[in-house]
Amino acid sequence: MRSIERAAPPIAWAEPQPALRFLSDTLTVADSEIRKVIHDPFELATRAIQPVLWLVVFGEVLAQTRAISTGSLPYLDFLTPGVLAQSALFIAIFYGIAVIWERDLGVVQKMLVSPAPRAALVLGKAIAGGLKGLAQAIIVYVVAALIGVHIRVDPLAMLAVGGIVVLGSALFASFSMIVACIVRTRERFMGIGQVMTMPLFFASSAIYPVSAMPNWLQAVALVNPLTYMVDAIRGLMVVGGTSEHGLALDVSVLAVGLVVLVAIAARLYPRLAQ
Amino acid sequence: MTDLAIETRALRRTFKEVIAVQSLDLAIPADQVFGLLGPNGAGKTTTIKMLITLLPPTAGQAWVAGHEISADPSGVRRNIGYVPQLVSADGALTAWENLRLSARLYHLPADEREEHIAEALAFMGLTDARDRMVRTYSGGMIRRLELAQAMLHRPPVLFLDEPTVGLDPTARASVWEHVSKLREREGTTILLTTHYMDEADLLCDRVAVMHRGVVAAIGTPTELKASVSPHATLDDVFTHYTGSDIDAGGSYREVNRTRRTADRLG
Repeated sequence: MRSIERAAPPIAWAEPQPALRFLSDTLTVADSEIRKVIHDPFELATRAIQPVLWLVVFGEVLAQTRAISTGSLPYLDFLTPGVLAQSALFIAIFYGIAVIWERDLGVVQKMLVSPAPRAALVLGKAIAGGLKGLAQAIIVYVVAALIGVHIRVDPLAMLAVGGIVVLGSALFASFSMIVACIVRTRERFMGIGQVMTMPLFFASSAIYPVSAMPNWLQAVALVNPLTYMVDAIRGLMVVGGTSEHGLALDVSVLAVGLVVLVAIAARLYPRLAQ
Repeated sequence: MTDLAIETRALRRTFKEVIAVQSLDLAIPADQVFGLLGPNGAGKTTTIKMLITLLPPTAGQAWVAGHEISADPSGVRRNIGYVPQLVSADGALTAWENLRLSARLYHLPADEREEHIAEALAFMGLTDARDRMVRTYSGGMIRRLELAQAMLHRPPVLFLDEPTVGLDPTARASVWEHVSKLREREGTTILLTTHYMDEADLLCDRVAVMHRGVVAAIGTPTELKASVSPHATLDDVFTHYTGSDIDAGGSYREVNRTRRTADRLG
């Protein structure tokens, strides 16, 4: 063990408990990410177009044709939670691009040299990804109300929907960061991003019930976190909507998935600086 | 108690069959400015990355500010500042937000953060630009902000990886001035890599010339110059110890990184 003497003593550090320190570091990273969105909300604004088109064009047309049976729930009511989950997914799944960009700039290297735990750096970014999804929720709520979707006007249910959106988006943002840590270039990531998004979307209950899928696709849907995200939102967001798997299972799948993916991403994150 | 700020013993890093750093032994006393010189691919950045815990060594040991890099990486991280060759200040945030991020990640006491940030901004001459987005800064301002971030928690050891690459002469002089002032004020040990021999001559107490993963020469700039010829410059020392194989060293990625940095700062 060696020690050194220096002219000026270092600043006296605040020494919070490890758990508090982890929480503080996580929130610090999330706060910094959200500030970037506030400075430049252009991406969020452009992303808002997609759910509007899905609801106003795709949803209205499919509702007219009555091509998809959704039981007693009108098709637009069935579709709205799916569109919300899908738009949050589309934002979160490309979060890895930002991480690769930060790597190319040198921001990742600086963060990794800080004493913050890797898992806190990753979780902070994942939560920021989740909060971006929340902006989509507000847009979908407004558009859905305007086109006559039977929204459940219950503050608690709305709050719960917000929580599910943040949780699910954080999960997909973590997944995206894992992919970013593996591929490490924007070009590769863009190609993979498209490949990831569509199967996740179509192998879920976002636009049609799982029961309408062929057996093999139902099996895929059962291990797809988006299915559970849509299921939870559907049970909370619209009048007459039910959660097929139960809210407790939906939340558990998303929470466990988030923990596992953050742990993997934290393990891989230092690869970006090597 | 010894006064070594950085010590390496048989430090080695390989990438598959490529030996980036082989059996490096360094002993850098506290309060020194130590320069690592060498051509692209000499192993300078790999050495720094191992010392700041971004890259695990393949073999050997190293201590930074009294903490062993493999056994106690978080101890190392708490006691160092780092300015990478790449531009690390976040252009999508203001200077104040960048510094606030560092202050919080290093857990500076909440009631002292503002004071330390204001002091750092003033020291680097950035007070008037504190609320400007960093992407609007000049290259020299960005480097000064990065120095402020790296020194905000007053670490005993500071790593600067080619801190003036891509800067114009005026901005380079400004960075040199601030590095010198920092050292004077804080007594910080500084390890810097550079391609600029005038920079090494001006700032460094001692330098090591690295070539193909080994230290080819080490000493004060005066000693090294005298070892080559009575009227030698550090450029002559560099050429003498690294040879004239101009096609050797420097991967596509390294060249790309340097050019991108220069492009962003220029």
